[in-house]
Amino acid sequence: MRIYLDHAATTPLDEEVLQKMLPYFTEKFGNTHSQHNYGKETAIAVDKARKQVADALGCSPNEIYFTASGTESDNWAIKGTAFANRENGNHIIISSIEHHAVLNSAKWLEKNGFAVTYLPVDEFGVIKLDELKKAITPKTVLVSVMLANNEVGTIEPINEVVEICHAKGILVHTDAVQAVGAMEINLKELGVDLASVSAHKFYGPKGVGALFIKNGIRIDKLIIGGGQERNQRGGTTNTPTIVGMGEAIETAVRDMQKNNTYVKELRDYFVKRVTNEIPYVKYNGHPTNRLPSNANFSFEFIEGEGILMLLDLGGVAVSSGSACSSGTLDPSHVLLAMGVDIVLAHGSLRFSLGKHNTKEEIDYTVDLLKKTVERLRKMSPLFTLKEGEIKNV
Amino acid sequence: MYNQKVLDAFANPKNVGVIENADGEGTVGNPTCGDIMKITLKIDNDIITDAKFQTYGCTAAIATSSTATEMIKGKSVEEAMKLTNSQVVEYLEGLPPQKIHCSVLAEEAIKKAIENYQEKKKAK
Repeated sequence: MRIYLDHAATTPLDEEVLQKMLPYFTEKFGNTHSQHNYGKETAIAVDKARKQVADALGCSPNEIYFTASGTESDNWAIKGTAFANRENGNHIIISSIEHHAVLNSAKWLEKNGFAVTYLPVDEFGVIKLDELKKAITPKTVLVSVMLANNEVGTIEPINEVVEICHAKGILVHTDAVQAVGAMEINLKELGVDLASVSAHKFYGPKGVGALFIKNGIRIDKLIIGGGQERNQRGGTTNTPTIVGMGEAIETAVRDMQKNNTYVKELRDYFVKRVTNEIPYVKYNGHPTNRLPSNANFSFEFIEGEGILMLLDLGGVAVSSGSACSSGTLDPSHVLLAMGVDIVLAHGSLRFSLGKHNTKEEIDYTVDLLKKTVERLRKMSPLFTLKEGEIKNV
Repeated sequence: MYNQKVLDAFANPKNVGVIENADGEGTVGNPTCGDIMKITLKIDNDIITDAKFQTYGCTAAIATSSTATEMIKGKSVEEAMKLTNSQVVEYLEGLPPQKIHCSVLAEEAIKKAIENYQEKKKAK
């Protein structure tokens, strides 16, 4: 048995999406910039995908620029905006729980003459708007806050961020990578100036993302080359993955309500079983204002990676913190920013459900998780100490 | 990232527990770093007759604890003091680079437990 509960890391490609992509690897292989018929048919396909993405996100097709990943979109938005507005100021503000694509782009800017403020969040992972107001200076040119967090699923108050920033003439970027297909998004209503998305988070292919740049906003280029993407992003157009992104986002938005209702019900059932049946567990993130797929727990007295490996040996795939940081030893910067105790943060796991998961899979997972946690606690000197305390009471 | 030998040692650890009235005991590590290892030893005439561990930590920490306790059982305290983390890593046929420090913990816990035994012996 193999159960996949790591949809925030990546999702399987929809079969119908794959079928739509396939011709663009072989017979329809033309370069979108070629003037002959081969080029024309791929250019038409990319135009269609651009419209599909724009329709799904509530913006105009000419505000969508295809990139090679969510990370590239984030890099482009942060660095491009900072450098384009250098004469207006050298200060940017990001939340302290951003994905590393934003976080490390901001850190890179710090090494290149910019100042960065990292906004604190409350215990649920919601940014503190009064701290944002305090952090703004006359030199602030950009604020970047994610739409929904990848580790704990908390949804951020972007409308309010936009209101505060636009009153001062500051541009707003949102990393919407986790949000597409998981919540209603209308970029026009949201009011942001820039937004990053990535196809493989909504059952599309890897290796393709997009950056929304609101009409009238000018940012510096990140990838310089030929005249692709209306002269804003060089590199031969990756037609098959872009076609896949268009199809996947259309499906994701079309089926969103149905999928989210299903996934949320499954997630709520999972959370209820875990919190009822396993002692010394903390459910991280916002109790209600969160993505329907996300469940993040801290298990006291044990370490997350051990749980992950035992679950994996039992056929269940989950993540400790975020997949991107699993190569490091530090606990999640998101949980630490939320004030979760560092020892507790070490014992954290993220479960992210998807539309293909079943109740049977969730039941199997909870049963395995119970056994796993018990087993590791039996090995843990911290738990023995705790048990001693309980016995002494 | 972990090889099969490490996963086996982790999933089926030997010598889990605490020896009551142990002759030597050593605890090393720090919960804020995500690792604590407690080793208890039964020692008879300077020969380690039993070794048990409790570990709070990752896969590598648990696998190295199990392996290290296996490696010192039946050895003299003098031999056990010479156990190095690289011997443990070698026995496990390698660890991911960022996990090597976990094997140091096992070595340190054993040394501390033996030192504790020697102190107790002196005090007698």
